[in-house]
Amino acid sequence: MTISEQELARVAELARIRLDPDTVTDVTRRIGNILGMIDRMQAVDTSAVSPMAHPLDTVQRLRPDEVTETDRREDFLAIAPVSEAGLYLVPRVIE
Amino acid sequence: MLSDWETVIGLEVHVQLATRSKIFSGAATRFGAEPNTQACAVDLAMPGTLPVLNREAVRMAVKFGLAIGAEIASVSVFDRKNYFYPDLPKGYQISQLDHPVVGCGSVTVELPDGSSKCIGVTRAHLEEDAGKSLHEDFHGLTGIDLNRAGTPLLEIVSEPEIRSAQEAVAYLRQIHSIIRYLGISDGNMAEGSMRCDVNLSLRRHGQSEFGTRCEIKNVNSFRFVEKAIECERERQADILEGGGKIKQETRLYDAERNETRSMRSKEVAHDYRYFPEPDLLPVHVSEEFIASVRAELPELPAQKVQRFRTQFGLGAYDAAQLAASRELADYFEETAGATGDAKTAANWVLSELLARLNRDGFDVSASPVPAASLGALIARIHDNTISGKIAKTVFEAMWAGEGEPDAIIDARGLRQVADSGAIAQLVDAALAANAGQVEQYRATPADKRQRMFGFFVGQVMKASQGKANPQQVNDLLRERLDGE
Repeated sequence: MTISEQELARVAELARIRLDPDTVTDVTRRIGNILGMIDRMQAVDTSAVSPMAHPLDTVQRLRPDEVTETDRREDFLAIAPVSEAGLYLVPRVIE
Repeated sequence: MLSDWETVIGLEVHVQLATRSKIFSGAATRFGAEPNTQACAVDLAMPGTLPVLNREAVRMAVKFGLAIGAEIASVSVFDRKNYFYPDLPKGYQISQLDHPVVGCGSVTVELPDGSSKCIGVTRAHLEEDAGKSLHEDFHGLTGIDLNRAGTPLLEIVSEPEIRSAQEAVAYLRQIHSIIRYLGISDGNMAEGSMRCDVNLSLRRHGQSEFGTRCEIKNVNSFRFVEKAIECERERQADILEGGGKIKQETRLYDAERNETRSMRSKEVAHDYRYFPEPDLLPVHVSEEFIASVRAELPELPAQKVQRFRTQFGLGAYDAAQLAASRELADYFEETAGATGDAKTAANWVLSELLARLNRDGFDVSASPVPAASLGALIARIHDNTISGKIAKTVFEAMWAGEGEPDAIIDARGLRQVADSGAIAQLVDAALAANAGQVEQYRATPADKRQRMFGFFVGQVMKASQGKANPQQVNDLLRERLDGE
């Protein structure tokens, strides 16, 4: 399997990764190589194997439903680029 | 014609679970807190933080699953749903894709025409809520409040088995009723504790494959769900009738204009690139855990309806109305217990009480008239202290805070006149005052007298200011008028 430069551009946009136009051809080739390796893995018959969700062979621990965090808003707002009235401000987003 | 088309609806309902802390962090979930005071380092996706799953959120999801007779997954898995939006700090939402905690189940709804319908639930999974974007003007910027980020959600997905706005609303009300009975959510739609996305498509009657669907996002009241469905099916029918094609897209319902419109922005974003969440291990739900949750299940709405019908002899519709909320059902049962007459109690609760609760915007738990007092009032009708009609006056006074029924009856002198001597005086006075009508009555054939008889009853009741015992008045009038 290969990937086209258009597909690469779309995936990069979804992941918010800016690609230097000079590197597009090289990145496309390298990702194509990775996909080729995945193709080889896909060819293995796994019909009798149940999918593994996590490499650690153990179970999720659950925590009790308790409020353990205190309000640290001022600390967090202090490291934000812009804030006002207790809100983080970001470039305008409109649906 | 709109009637040529069958409407196919599936609903996705997001329910905020009533945990004290968030699904993956120990921050509080209280509604209405000052912005960003309940958003901790985990919720803000600070580097180095990791999610730890809240046991109570899993317990609540399992509880819901058991209540709708669903399979509970012994192993469920969390996944990352990737998209960029400022109110989602991590750049992905932790959700469940292929292995949700709750599998197939079903919900039975009662429809106004007296029929019932079973609607399949495909699945219900756990996920985290996002924060809120405030688009008011902050110098051309958008404000972000992350208090809601990380609040546990249960997303309940129905099968596309709903065929009308009416069925959709009945299904939603049933889900609402179940989550409130279980105590896993307050279900407050105005505060966003329960939100609904509607998937809708049309197809010709008899056609087996589905048409292209549109998703209407965040329709947040029962009434708007109904209206959004009505206007979306008209929109789609118009397009299809005109030979057009439906474009699969996400739409928003605008309540002010009563129309749905396309959300243009997300054209590129509909690829969420799910993959298993590496920060969380698979969740195992043991048989013992399920058994302990099952043991906590309360009597559910459908079971309560059944019991009200058999135990109290109520009709299906009345029973369903009373069982719609646990608080109303409890109020009814307490009233019925205090009077020993469940049918009269049901009538009073469903008519007088509900009408006033709705009029004054009270929840039944905040009713100015407690169940025991309503029971005491009904008991006074039974022991002939007052008539049913006077009881309504007393109830109005109780509602206005004038106290217990006995005190009001005495203070206002409303006690029914049951003294036969006093009633005889009233009857004789009324007959004397209407001698002409008496003569007319006696000249009328017996089978045509009923209407005129009512006139005399009215005269006597009026003279007694409604306080004469109606049965005694009737008996005495019969004796005086028909007795010769």
